[in-house]
Amino acid sequence: MNAAKPFDEMHAADGTIRTHYQPYSEWLGHTPRELIARKRKEADLAFHRVGITFNVYGADGGKERLIPFDLLPRIIPGDEWRTLEAGLRQRVRALNAFLADIYHGQEILRAGRIPADQVLDNAQFRPEMKGVHVPGGLYAMIAGIDLVRAAGADGKGDYYVLEDNLRVPSGVSYLLENRKMMMRLFPDLFSRYDVQPVEHYPDLLLETLRAVAPAGVLDPTAVLLTPGAFNSAYFEHSFLAQQMGIELVEGQDLFVEDDTVFMRTTQGPRRVDVIYRRLDDDFLDPEVFRADSMLGVPGLMSAYRAGRVTLANAVGTGVADDKSIYPYVPEMVRFYLGEEPILNNVPTWMLREPDDLAYTLAHLPELVVKEVHGAGGYGMLVGPAATKAEIEEFRQRILAAPEKYIAQPTLSLSTCPTFVDAGIAPRHIDLRPFVLSGGREIRMVPGGLTRVALKAGSLVVNSSQGGGTKDTWVVG
Amino acid sequence: MLSRTADHLYWMARYTERAENTVRMLDVSYRMSLLPGANGGDTESWSAILDISELSEAFARTGRPLSACDVIEFVVLDRDNPSSVWNCLRAARENAHAVRGTLTAEMWETTNATWLEIREMTPQKLRATDLGEFFEWVKFRSHLLRGVTFGTMLHDEAFKFVRLGTFLERADNTARLLDVKYHSLLPKAEGLTSSTDFYQWGALLRSVSAFETYRHVYRDVITPYKVAELLILNADMPRSLHACLDEINGILGEIASIHSAEAARQAGELHATLHYGRMDDIFDAGLHPWLERFLVRINRLGDSIGENFLVPVAA
Repeated sequence: MNAAKPFDEMHAADGTIRTHYQPYSEWLGHTPRELIARKRKEADLAFHRVGITFNVYGADGGKERLIPFDLLPRIIPGDEWRTLEAGLRQRVRALNAFLADIYHGQEILRAGRIPADQVLDNAQFRPEMKGVHVPGGLYAMIAGIDLVRAAGADGKGDYYVLEDNLRVPSGVSYLLENRKMMMRLFPDLFSRYDVQPVEHYPDLLLETLRAVAPAGVLDPTAVLLTPGAFNSAYFEHSFLAQQMGIELVEGQDLFVEDDTVFMRTTQGPRRVDVIYRRLDDDFLDPEVFRADSMLGVPGLMSAYRAGRVTLANAVGTGVADDKSIYPYVPEMVRFYLGEEPILNNVPTWMLREPDDLAYTLAHLPELVVKEVHGAGGYGMLVGPAATKAEIEEFRQRILAAPEKYIAQPTLSLSTCPTFVDAGIAPRHIDLRPFVLSGGREIRMVPGGLTRVALKAGSLVVNSSQGGGTKDTWVVG
Repeated sequence: MLSRTADHLYWMARYTERAENTVRMLDVSYRMSLLPGANGGDTESWSAILDISELSEAFARTGRPLSACDVIEFVVLDRDNPSSVWNCLRAARENAHAVRGTLTAEMWETTNATWLEIREMTPQKLRATDLGEFFEWVKFRSHLLRGVTFGTMLHDEAFKFVRLGTFLERADNTARLLDVKYHSLLPKAEGLTSSTDFYQWGALLRSVSAFETYRHVYRDVITPYKVAELLILNADMPRSLHACLDEINGILGEIASIHSAEAARQAGELHATLHYGRMDDIFDAGLHPWLERFLVRINRLGDSIGENFLVPVAA
């Protein structure tokens, strides 16, 4: 997986166009560059308008940066997607089983498949959740699983799970807006491809939320809880609430009485059954978690533990997506489902283990080292891109607390051709599908959000670090 | 709907309406100041402007002279004056922003564009601007938002709270305008004695877009009694107190809940006063005391609407 040349989604190693990109390539061949440039401007303008609509706020009138959108779609052949889909279902089922287990019987710990201290001493493990029954035994109803693809020895691109996001994964609004934009800009392209639709995501999400309502509630009322208009993902909160036709509430709109959650409406208090919360655990309830939180609802945890309201996602899911637990996910699949994992994990060295630590310290310039509680691409060392001084500095940090770190080989993420100033050039990409668990089945819209590192050679796709997005097509 | 959402919609409309009515008042004083012999407007008419909006003290604290230019700058642009047109349009836009998902794209774009434009306005620019044109601009931005709201928004509960805000603010503002102007213009009992009076009453009518309306309704010379009648009791005149209370009373009937009895009662009572009231009785009681009492009642109604719908005390 350390092949010198990254896997390209459009071009085979010999430079020929892969089959599923041929109609696009042909279209590109006879489409004047001026037209593309014009469409690009049109897209910028339209997004800017949406951006202004949603992101220019604050007393100072400051603007939020828009996330750049690339016009060249990332195309995934249908059979490839079907394998991914099966793998994602399997993985999310195992993760939910793991969460149910560690907050109840803790069988996986007693079986010795995961060291107990790794779970119980994890800052993301919430003792408050022990023994709490959640509807359907589901904890992560909405999961964002980050996939990357690297060139295998045989020149094939192998998918790997880079990270599970089980707390408040975001980005789905871009997935939906990107598709809308592509269909608006290039309707003719959609007549050349049988692109599987994604527009029904809000319906699936609403069904998911209603399916996990407390037992006995026939017509559940769901709301979306946002930290407020100054949160960077507020656009998405407002967008999803509007698309689902549910109320977008802030903590101050809710109150708890007799272990029941109500929202303040013009017609008096109205009971709330399901809260799709886009607020971290720490801020949910000042009586239980951070006492200084103005964003949460006092008494919410008490109502939740009494089973009078459902939180999606549940409290305490962070322990399952922590980097220190990640290496054990394949083990969860085997333990709970009795199946072999369909999706690969990236090989990972856990630096709490002396052998792994020794290997890592000897190979720092080749490896990526990540802090276990970090998120968003901070607190990590990318060996091949680091200077000697940076590596030495990081070595000291590792030695001071090896249990805080994991190491992985530097994956050469796959590339996809992308419009850049100089024309079209390959840029590294990843993929975040959104997996919904509620009721009997696990569902998702085909594809996911493709993020692209717009800087040449960069492997960091995070929007906070200059990443952009692409429309993602699952075809056939 | 969420009380907080209703609250933001209601105040978006109130602040927009307030900005519009503020420039309507400025416009009438400005026009009067341009009349022959007016010498750029006496200080009295400018202090009246400040009285209407209860801003005299705040203005005095700025230490500025009571001149047309200073009063206009203070009322239009002053950042520290919470009722300035600049602050009203900022507040309207902030309220709109907080409930962006409830507004249509056109409504948001209208109120946002208004703010983005006035945000750039400075005293220097205002001095270089044709004031009449600027006042027209503010009025038309308000017209536009109201029209866009009416023409694009689902006429559901959210819409009704927008309208409620508009008419509550307008009732308050018309009453204030009439109260202050009536008394500053009325030294000469019934009937107009000079052409200046005619122009001044004409300017007052124009400030509420009612000059032609007056002619059409009365086909008579302008008398203060009839001006008051038009702005208080005429239900067809869209800025009259009666018309505003028709709307408020009707809307409160439509959005009623078991928690809103008090607001409904007050609105019904106030509406009846206008619906069945007679001008002679109002004048017998004294127009000024009557209007003062009206202002107290409309503000109480605003408080009740707040308590019953927008910031429910129940918790």
